[in-house]
Amino acid sequence: MSVPITGRRARRARRPRAAWLGWLFALPAILMYATFVLRPLVLTVQYSFYDWNGIGASTWVGLDNYRRIFTDSELFATIVHAFELIVFFSFVPVLLGLFVAATIRGIAASRLAAVARTVLFLPQVIPLVAAGIMWSWLLSSTGLANELLSAVGLDRLTRAWLGDFGTALPAVGLIGAWVLVGLCTLLLLAGMSKIDPSLYEAARLDGAGPVREFFSITLPSLRQEIGVSVTVTVIAALASFDIVYIATQGGPGNSTMVPGLEIYYLAFSEREIGMASALAVALVLLVLAVVLPIQRLTRDGSR
Amino acid sequence: MIVNRRETLIGRVLLVLLMVITIVPFISLFVTALHPAGTYPSGLSWPDSPQWGNFADAFRAANMGKLLWSSCLIVLGVVPLSLLFGALAGFAFGHLRMPGHRIGFLVFVLGLTLPFEGIITPLYYQVRDMGLLNTRWAIILPLIGLFMPFSVVWMRAHFVTMPDDLSEAARIDGASTWQLFWRVHVPLAMPALSSLAILLFLWTWNQFLLAIVLVDDPQKRTMAGALGAFQGQWGTDIPLLCAGALLILVPTLAVFLIFQRRFVTALLQGSIKG
Repeated sequence: MSVPITGRRARRARRPRAAWLGWLFALPAILMYATFVLRPLVLTVQYSFYDWNGIGASTWVGLDNYRRIFTDSELFATIVHAFELIVFFSFVPVLLGLFVAATIRGIAASRLAAVARTVLFLPQVIPLVAAGIMWSWLLSSTGLANELLSAVGLDRLTRAWLGDFGTALPAVGLIGAWVLVGLCTLLLLAGMSKIDPSLYEAARLDGAGPVREFFSITLPSLRQEIGVSVTVTVIAALASFDIVYIATQGGPGNSTMVPGLEIYYLAFSEREIGMASALAVALVLLVLAVVLPIQRLTRDGSR
Repeated sequence: MIVNRRETLIGRVLLVLLMVITIVPFISLFVTALHPAGTYPSGLSWPDSPQWGNFADAFRAANMGKLLWSSCLIVLGVVPLSLLFGALAGFAFGHLRMPGHRIGFLVFVLGLTLPFEGIITPLYYQVRDMGLLNTRWAIILPLIGLFMPFSVVWMRAHFVTMPDDLSEAARIDGASTWQLFWRVHVPLAMPALSSLAILLFLWTWNQFLLAIVLVDDPQKRTMAGALGAFQGQWGTDIPLLCAGALLILVPTLAVFLIFQRRFVTALLQGSIKG
């Protein structure tokens, strides 16, 4: 990007025919992207204005499908659930990650930290489906979670966490938090290692404690990394599918139904293609509406 | 650096605690897998007689040999082509900078946040009309398309940092743009390409949604997709399910442990750029 304009112009002038050659290089990527992403995306928008069962004739219904998202309490609940999941998928891992990273900053170069880097990444490497299976077992009525509760004398709290109307959604959130907390911690730790250590030295000499240090040095310097962690985790929450599909399939009742899973059910078992597409459009817009402001907030200042 | 003892100790304890929380589910899975099939073992108890045969049973029940092969075929279809197309386009947008390259690139950037659920419905009908439903191509081709935004953005970020002088020098020696790309820029892009390869491998192997929607036969799915089917079939036999889940984890875990360092850097950079 830092190439002087004159140099670029000169090159272009020398080989006028080659100027468009770049598009030829980009062509395979553009073709694949257009065929398997952009075209379906346009079709999603188109389908969303119709009532169609996938086989017979379709009827134009205008914005009715979109209206239903807001009036049908079951559909609207999926969006509410997605936002509730943000608390677990995003806030918990980022805040916990910040706390842990700040605490272990001093030992970031030790052997223990090197081992931790490998261990904390494990949940990122395995399929989310496997995480779902593991945790459905841990959170089941005879699982480890209940066993631990009984061991400390909290028998009355034990239950089938994923099967209880009140606890199913937080339990799904817990699985997401487990998957994402390691990633957030390591991202933030990597960011912290870029901070000039002399800043901390100076703060210590001025008598600042760990808390003061965290708020005046660590937090402001991590703007970009925090932005990245929040973006990644928020997308994971809003577009969650794998974990919910495996752990609860949206149940009990509809208490853990999220937009991604509802789209799947609407399109492939209830054959309401138009409705599924409207919800899909809403989901795409929702992700953009949440992610773009985060990007603005965290990127602008640092450039 | 001035760090006092107490803080170091708290840091260590916290770190170990976090590691334990991360590891315990794996251990629980492993221990459970060793219990006699069909029982409902409790928590973390070690079985009286470990049933190592469960792994063999799960291997047979899930037809794991075929599954591994299927997943490998899918990865081999997706990763090399995605790398090639991503590198070509990244080179164009980052280095050749043809007229209109900004707009072209922006269209790819906008695709970065797209949830797969957003296009899965029309994708199903499109793949069906192409006659690819229930074949591995039904996963391979759409995945290449879906990986394009990330691959292009990733490779462009690399090519943007390459100095123009390098290309000028090669051109003076008479290299065409095609030769310039293959002889000069691809060899220099190897670190970026290998990190991208790792990420794409992982995301392909673990892909679930496309697998369950577009391919009915678990034997033609990715590992993750097959695990979903395995759960449906053996969901009530907890030890067998755990053994199966563990077996399906092994390949990615093995690759991860072998390429550990690359992996961690790739994933960290990957989320920064994504």
